[in-house]
Amino acid sequence: MLDALGQILGLIFSVNFILTVITASTPLLLAASGELVAERSGVLNLGVEGMMIMGAACGFAAAYVSDSTIVGALCGILAGAAMAAIFAFLTLGLAVNQVATGLALTILGTGLSGLIGAGFVGMRITPAPQLYLPVLTGLPVVGRILFGQDAFVYFSFALIIGIWLFLYRTRSGLILRAVGDNHVSAHALGYPVLKIRMLAVLFGGGCAGLAGAFLPLAYTPFFIPGMTAGRGWIALALVVFASWRPGRLVAGAYLFGAVTFLQLSVQGLGLGIPPQVMSSLPYLATVVVLVLISRTRGASGSAAPASLGVVFVPDR
Amino acid sequence: MIAVALTLATVAVLFAIIGKNPIEALDVYFLEPLLDPFSLGEIVVKATPLVMIAIGLSLCYIANVWNIGAEGQFLVGAVAGSWLAVRTNGTDAGYWVLPAMLVLGTLAGALYALIPAICKVRFGASEILTSLMLVYVAYYGMDYLVRGPWRDPKGLNFPTTAPFDPVATLPPLFEGSRVHSGTLIALMVVMLIAVMLGRTIMGFEIRLVGAAPKAAGFSGFNADRLVLFTFAISGALAGLAGIIEVAGPIGYLQPDISPGYGFTAIIVAFLGRLNPIGILIAGFFLALTFIGGENAEIAMKVPLDLTKVFQGILLFYVLACDSMIAYRVRLIRGVRKAVPANA
Repeated sequence: MLDALGQILGLIFSVNFILTVITASTPLLLAASGELVAERSGVLNLGVEGMMIMGAACGFAAAYVSDSTIVGALCGILAGAAMAAIFAFLTLGLAVNQVATGLALTILGTGLSGLIGAGFVGMRITPAPQLYLPVLTGLPVVGRILFGQDAFVYFSFALIIGIWLFLYRTRSGLILRAVGDNHVSAHALGYPVLKIRMLAVLFGGGCAGLAGAFLPLAYTPFFIPGMTAGRGWIALALVVFASWRPGRLVAGAYLFGAVTFLQLSVQGLGLGIPPQVMSSLPYLATVVVLVLISRTRGASGSAAPASLGVVFVPDR
Repeated sequence: MIAVALTLATVAVLFAIIGKNPIEALDVYFLEPLLDPFSLGEIVVKATPLVMIAIGLSLCYIANVWNIGAEGQFLVGAVAGSWLAVRTNGTDAGYWVLPAMLVLGTLAGALYALIPAICKVRFGASEILTSLMLVYVAYYGMDYLVRGPWRDPKGLNFPTTAPFDPVATLPPLFEGSRVHSGTLIALMVVMLIAVMLGRTIMGFEIRLVGAAPKAAGFSGFNADRLVLFTFAISGALAGLAGIIEVAGPIGYLQPDISPGYGFTAIIVAFLGRLNPIGILIAGFFLALTFIGGENAEIAMKVPLDLTKVFQGILLFYVLACDSMIAYRVRLIRGVRKAVPANA
């Protein structure tokens, strides 16, 4: 037992561990950042999983055809945004219930991605290159962690910093938060509530699409139907976990990335723990964390944007 | 109805895009299964769990409570009931086994559904996320049992339990068909829920809390208790559907006992407009898409994923039509531009 514990501890403090955690966390961080912005504007889009898997399928297809990671990533973003546009049209344009629409989006995305990806299963592409910087990457320990990642990882950090600056340091960000906290007042002040929400939802879709595209473009060099495996749902939980704050989102995403990695590596140690127990760990962790977070905040969940998930019908 | 027509039109276009004759495809999908007695029976077999889960979910959705983890409750119900079947396998246990299995499945489904409900009521955790996460947990739990302790030693290493004894299986209703007595149970459940919803105080409370939560609060109805109640009922029905599926058409426990019944049932509930009779019809219709999809895969080499696309589009149209009935869409141009139709 002690021996096993030592092995696990050894794993945690290895460079490899940190590298793997970064790759496992990046899709979560990307998808959750987009959803955070959408939710801050007051829209609860439960279709993250559907947008992600579409981003994965379209991103892979495009990358395979064009043999370019960048084209693949762009197509992933577009696919996610297109899915989000359907959602925006229904929930904002037609004032449909957001929960049900988000579920429909996930079902549709799972099916469509299977159709699109069917022709590409089993094919391989060149994975996204790791950007090695001369000298810096060669630094001991820190070098490979800080300066040896692929472009997605750097982008995910740029994105979350950008979102933080936007939300808290710009006027538009303030308006977006105002729309999310009280759409009636924002509307009365003359802000275009639906337009702002639509942009936020499209942004969220683009991020989810990119997060999905990351999986076949950088995580594994091939596409499997259903390869997002519930990451979209975990991203949704992360936004709650982070109590809608960008800084905490990074911490949350990396915590979950670590749990995912532990699941894989503990299996390799042969401790006699059934693999299914380890596989269900990230999901159980999500439930536990949600309970803990919600508990400390009281039943009202005061950190949530006040108008989250409430349908807005102008002039009523 | 408009939603179904629109979906059919969209799917026809989709068929044309992937290079299949749309008329032939729709025929294979929606007409042929209805004309063939065996397929018709299969539709009823598939509709049974869908209707049973959807009717429970409709209670939740009417009360504005979001249980989307019915798939997990279905699996847990199947596992709990199977436990008894596995334990009594090969013994001379009497006819009490099957009823006991059904009770166990129902109870387990209800208890499993109460986890997210209690998290919601006690701690304010979003029931949407917790109920969904528990689906994965249930799936891995079942996978472990079937591949590990419960695996049939004579099963050639396939991850299944031993076939259940006759006392642990639901008898088929007709000779040579897979339609089983579980269908009757489903019909009874639909009637019971219809009466409860329309004729009892509890049903009134569910509808009131959903339609006007504040008014319900003022008149002394307890919303928390309702969350627990609707979750327990929907979980119980999903669990019952699970054990019926295992004890009826399948006859043993295996990892893939559900082609996503718990999720499809969400569509069924909405397509049936959260109304018991509507759900009965909607369940039959979506079962048709499953069977039609399987037939189309064999006959026309259409990928099975098309069924999911189809179901997703259908749900979109249903929701959009509901909204069209409730509101009049206006395009407003000007300084404060609303963004309806051209979004």
